[in-house]
Amino acid sequence: MHDVSLSFPNRTITAVVGPSGVGKTTLMRTLNGLLPPAQGVVSVAEFGPLDNPVAWQEMRRRTATVFQDHALIDRLTAIDNVLLGLADSRHPLSLLPWPRSFRIRAAQALDEVGLLGRATARVAQLSGGERQRVGIARALVRRPRLLLGDEPFAAVDLALARRLGDEFRHLVARSNLTVILVLHQLQMARTLADRIVGLANGRVAFDGSATEFDASAEHRIFGTATSEGDFLCPANQEREAI
Amino acid sequence: MRVDPRPNGIASPALTAILADGRRRQRNALAATIGGTAVIVGAFAYAGAFELHRYADALSTIGQLAADSLPPDFSRLPHWGRPLLETLAMSVAGTVLGAAAALPLGALAARNIVRQAILGGAARLFLNVLRSIPGLIWGVIFVAAVGFGPLPGILALATHSTGMLGKFFAETLEHVDPGPGDALRSIGVSRVGVLRFSILPQILPRLIDVTIYRWEHNLRAATTLGVVGVGGLGLEIVTAFHLFEYREASALIIVLLSLVTLINIVGARVRARLLGGL
Repeated sequence: MHDVSLSFPNRTITAVVGPSGVGKTTLMRTLNGLLPPAQGVVSVAEFGPLDNPVAWQEMRRRTATVFQDHALIDRLTAIDNVLLGLADSRHPLSLLPWPRSFRIRAAQALDEVGLLGRATARVAQLSGGERQRVGIARALVRRPRLLLGDEPFAAVDLALARRLGDEFRHLVARSNLTVILVLHQLQMARTLADRIVGLANGRVAFDGSATEFDASAEHRIFGTATSEGDFLCPANQEREAI
Repeated sequence: MRVDPRPNGIASPALTAILADGRRRQRNALAATIGGTAVIVGAFAYAGAFELHRYADALSTIGQLAADSLPPDFSRLPHWGRPLLETLAMSVAGTVLGAAAALPLGALAARNIVRQAILGGAARLFLNVLRSIPGLIWGVIFVAAVGFGPLPGILALATHSTGMLGKFFAETLEHVDPGPGDALRSIGVSRVGVLRFSILPQILPRLIDVTIYRWEHNLRAATTLGVVGVGGLGLEIVTAFHLFEYREASALIIVLLSLVTLINIVGARVRARLLGGL
């Protein structure tokens, strides 16, 4: 990625769209600190540029990420995976069980994604959609200020995706939450996001409100026919499905 | 028969390369078969396996030994309780000590945990040394160091177990899914925290599995160590053989077999419970 300069205002939902391999996941991993930028800096209005470990630690305390491949531990139960979202609050050498207050928070997070009934099931026994929801619950349990999602609705059906999207909307409305999501469902991006960032060839090809994201913007981003472009582009078909 | 590398009269460099690769593989397979056979036959010949006259009295001698060992003599059974417990204690303590030392050393040796080549290489070399020296030699060394009895046995078993388990642990760690660890790193969990909350839960069943296997192995190894004076059932068996008390020796071997079988059954159940739940 080159010459990417983006700012994300508080209490907004931004959708990042673009063809495969364009750098969407790289952008997410840069924002959550897993991949330090080769050049440039990530800056947060509250505490300035994140150019030292202490600043990053502050940022990470307020951040949660939903990963594309779920990043769950299969042999643990759903609730134990959600509890890992609070692992930064525990001493790594502690052998004590998770505190009751943490368990209650984890149960609430599972309830928010409609999985409370499967809390004690091992993740290996869950469907792809259920696993995705556990991943979302693990992010929500942190009560983050910045929620990053790399294809958070990829494995769930459209109805559930819309329900979870509504949940994100409510969270943005009632708490000081900022959401940045990589989405491949363009219609989902249009209905859920306040703003859409389109990446093409490692650069920002579109940055505007969801209502401004028209056919020409779509063409600029997905214009060159790639196999995934073909899959991504047919927004009309997607509308019919919804 | 050679296939024309130019089907339909059109030159095809890709087909030529495929056919050349096939011939090369055939040559390599033939060379490997001849070389491997030569090594195996050479090993048998060097060991005297083809000196047929040496087998002449073997069967009758073994038959005589078996006859002298029957019926097993359990008259000293009440005296074997202590050696039995010594052997069991050596296997348990040696395995636990070995596994405890293997965990940090295995983590140091795992390439995905420790990025510094020198530190990782030193850990792998150390584990290699520990397991390259046979348990019996470690037994001799520790008998000289701390005297006779079960203690040198525990130390010998632990040392060799550290070398073996450390290698297993390192390999298990290297195959762990990095995704959950990334999820933890993204929220600021330290490297120790990632090890504790992501890596350990993923590898724990495998660690326990290989440790139980090692315990079964150590039970048999603890018996062998009796030869160098670390006590236990092994010493009783060796002493019985030295005194030509073959009937007593066969009884001791039956006791040992019973113990090993019991441990195998317990180990299999624990393993099934652990791995079945995955």
